[in-house]
Amino acid sequence: MIERTTEKLTKQDFASDQMVKWCPGCGDHAILSAIENVFPQIGYKKEKFCVVSGIGCSSRLPYYLNTYGMHGIHGRANAIATGVRLFNRNLSVWIATGDGDSLAIGGNHFIHIIRRNLDVNILLFNNEIYGLTKGQYSPTSPMGKVTKSSPQGTIEHPFTPGELVLGAQGTFFARVIDTHPKFITEVLLEAAKHDGTSVVEMLQNCVIFNEGAHKYLTDKDNREDRQLILRQGQPMVFGKNNDKGIRLGQNGLEVVSLGDDNVTLDDILIHDMTRQDPGIHLMLAKMKPPHFPIALGVIRSADAATYDQLMDDVIATHIQSCPIHSVDDLLNSGDTWEI
Amino acid sequence: MATQKQIVERDSVVVKFAGDSGDGMQLTGTLFSDTAALAGNDIATFPDYPAEIRAPHNTIAGVSGFQVHIGKETRIIGDQCDILVAMNPASLLANLKWVKSGGVILVDGDAFDDPALKKACCTTNPLEDGSLSSYRVVSPPITTMAKETASALGMDTKSAARTKNMFCLGIIYYIFNFELEAPFKLLDKRFAKKLDLALVNKQVMQKGFDFAETMEIFQTTYQISTVNLPKGKYRNITGNIATAWGLLAAAEKSGHNLFLGSYPITPATDILCELARYKSLSAKVFQAEDEIAGICSAIGASYAGAMACTTTSGPGLSLKAEALGLAVIMELPLVVVDVQRGGPSTGLPTKSEQSDLNIALYGRNGEAPCIVIAASSPGDCFYQAFNAAKLAMESMTPCIVLTDGYIGQGSELFKIPRMSDMPAINPPVVKANDPDYHPYARDPETLARKWAIPGTEGLRHRIGGLEKTDVFGNVSTDPINHEKMVYYRKEKVNRLADKLPEQEVFGHPEGDLLVVSWGGTRGQVCVATKEVRESGKKVAHAHFTNIMPLPKNTAEIFSKYKKILVCELNNGQFANYLRTQHPQFKYLQYNKVQGLPFTVQELVNQINNVL
Repeated sequence: MIERTTEKLTKQDFASDQMVKWCPGCGDHAILSAIENVFPQIGYKKEKFCVVSGIGCSSRLPYYLNTYGMHGIHGRANAIATGVRLFNRNLSVWIATGDGDSLAIGGNHFIHIIRRNLDVNILLFNNEIYGLTKGQYSPTSPMGKVTKSSPQGTIEHPFTPGELVLGAQGTFFARVIDTHPKFITEVLLEAAKHDGTSVVEMLQNCVIFNEGAHKYLTDKDNREDRQLILRQGQPMVFGKNNDKGIRLGQNGLEVVSLGDDNVTLDDILIHDMTRQDPGIHLMLAKMKPPHFPIALGVIRSADAATYDQLMDDVIATHIQSCPIHSVDDLLNSGDTWEI
Repeated sequence: MATQKQIVERDSVVVKFAGDSGDGMQLTGTLFSDTAALAGNDIATFPDYPAEIRAPHNTIAGVSGFQVHIGKETRIIGDQCDILVAMNPASLLANLKWVKSGGVILVDGDAFDDPALKKACCTTNPLEDGSLSSYRVVSPPITTMAKETASALGMDTKSAARTKNMFCLGIIYYIFNFELEAPFKLLDKRFAKKLDLALVNKQVMQKGFDFAETMEIFQTTYQISTVNLPKGKYRNITGNIATAWGLLAAAEKSGHNLFLGSYPITPATDILCELARYKSLSAKVFQAEDEIAGICSAIGASYAGAMACTTTSGPGLSLKAEALGLAVIMELPLVVVDVQRGGPSTGLPTKSEQSDLNIALYGRNGEAPCIVIAASSPGDCFYQAFNAAKLAMESMTPCIVLTDGYIGQGSELFKIPRMSDMPAINPPVVKANDPDYHPYARDPETLARKWAIPGTEGLRHRIGGLEKTDVFGNVSTDPINHEKMVYYRKEKVNRLADKLPEQEVFGHPEGDLLVVSWGGTRGQVCVATKEVRESGKKVAHAHFTNIMPLPKNTAEIFSKYKKILVCELNNGQFANYLRTQHPQFKYLQYNKVQGLPFTVQELVNQINNVL
């Protein structure tokens, strides 16, 4: 159990004294602010947070938060954090990583931490570009994207992070966007509450190398028609006039207009993030323009045993059943003889 | 007419059991060595098996062996064997070159049929073509007799045939005048959940013993001198198990629970499996998704306050290089165990070599010094694993322990230490709310920074792979600061030499030749130099355990001899390292890179050539 705080913590308790060196206008500033807002709300003592990162712009995050923290090496944040959390179960572990760090060089660790369902929170900053190396395509860059390392456009099929998370048997997946900091705070609280690996994909704008990557979603005039904000137990309704919804048809999800063809609110899917079967969650995670809105919010939050708890249980049981309780016991176990 | 049985006393005897990789040779050899130890002999063992789990039946590629040296004092497994037990033609051919002239060869006569001879690429039957005339060959129909005995006890034919190894063992026990009581007890223990199986095996073993006795196939039997070791409680231990236990001992002594992050790799996997058995000692053992996750999880656990380690072999150490640099710059304690095997790349996975010294010393980007030590025998792995953890934790620096496939899988008699006799381990853990704490403030004497465990009140801080300012630990690219931090990380390792024991020399304190070795070759080099010394020559032996840093008196020792000969199982990595550390001396080299240990004979020849 992580020790809870008795004092009232504020955003200021988590602000570091270091100069934040992200570019002016970078989406990371809003995300940092949302994290500073959410940590005091979680209720743990301020010494109980540990932020681990890999390499990339997003991975500078630990330096900008006044917590325990480690800035690791490229792709290995999830592996390092595994050791932190497994060894010290009294820490709330947060991982700052990006689309290059966790989906390219560290892809292996990403799928395995999720598969094990270790109780950590992964903040996956997705700007669809390599920023710190100055503008090469990433595993989430859309097909055909022209970058410095793909002057003729990429010829790679991009990952949809949610699809990867659910494919690895993820128990929590959410998606937020840097233009909506209040909503980030709300979703991060849900992530913190979830026992198991929580992955929050943070769609983030790189002003220098990929300006407008998420413009389709953030465009002021059309965003209500292009975003589906998911809320537990609520019908999946969206649109400027709240007149569109998601229905489960014979061939999967479909967008319907309320009132057309006698479509009523009863036809619209109710969001249940807790259902064990990930089928609908996968369909929601994969929804893409132009035919679908992009789903934001907690897509999946299902219960499953966590690796850390199972490891503790195995150790506790073995302490009861095994007669060896000290190294002296061990050294003298089995066949020994006097000379 | 019954001949008079002759019992010959011997100081030591080497026996090798060889067969198909499914023939149970490892079990046979282990049973034999345990029995010998119980009978009061010193023992040394070494398994020799192919990389494939079950290579094609009856082929040379599929031969699995287990060599046992028993006697008064057995520092090595022995160059050549006195007795070879060969279960088929392939195992006879693969091992014949290791049998002493005049030695005993016991083969299963049933196994020398045409198909088996063909599989072993024999054009004629070696039992009949006179090629074994310089050995004493015994070839009873072992499979037939074992099968008869086991079948009579109700065992199915296929399983019954597989008891042939127990029949052989019965014969061997007869040769050594061992009582069967001890091996019977060992079998009962091993098959505690399958007592019927224990019974059949015991009966077959008894049949083998009786057969040798009644048929009088051996005119000579042996009485082996009992061990000449300090009084105490002993056990048989392999290097890999000793390594695992040494790590557990360090965890207990330091009060920091063990965390192991590891990925299976031959020949280091046994350490992972052994530690996984002792969760009752609160060891957290994590089988990672790859070698990199193995070390990275250990680094995370170390930050979180663990006595952290990762275990691997050569290819794995290559993969861990970047993360090891991270541990160096973050100045976290970490033990990396490398059970060396033949390289490069996948190389010779089941064979032994000392060719990872360079990667241990230099294999990282940047100026990234680690402590490097090497274990010299199976039992010594316990102490070096313990020392590695002590050095790493007290100096807040990663420590690489080099063992190898030969000592990792080999076993020897091990005097059981008492934990109360092991030295204390005092890592520089900082107390809560220490107002003077800064991440890179150092102990003025050791230069170690302090260990602030996450979760502790008043010590929140960040570390990472970017260079940090001295004392305060903020990200910095300041040129002078970087040079200073590089200096501290190196000097911290150098200063350990003040605490290390002085280098010992066996033999004349000065003379014509100093034979230098390191790591798993101690036994052979020690026996060889002793042999040369006994012939009246002024030869001494210095065996190195502490490599980075070297003991303080190294140059002083080297200066006492006219010549220095560095013997190692690589192309001269330690010799080259010595040239950089003490360039004033001339280093002669003796190198062998065959995936095999030195033999005493080749060392003796080489030493005499150099003198």
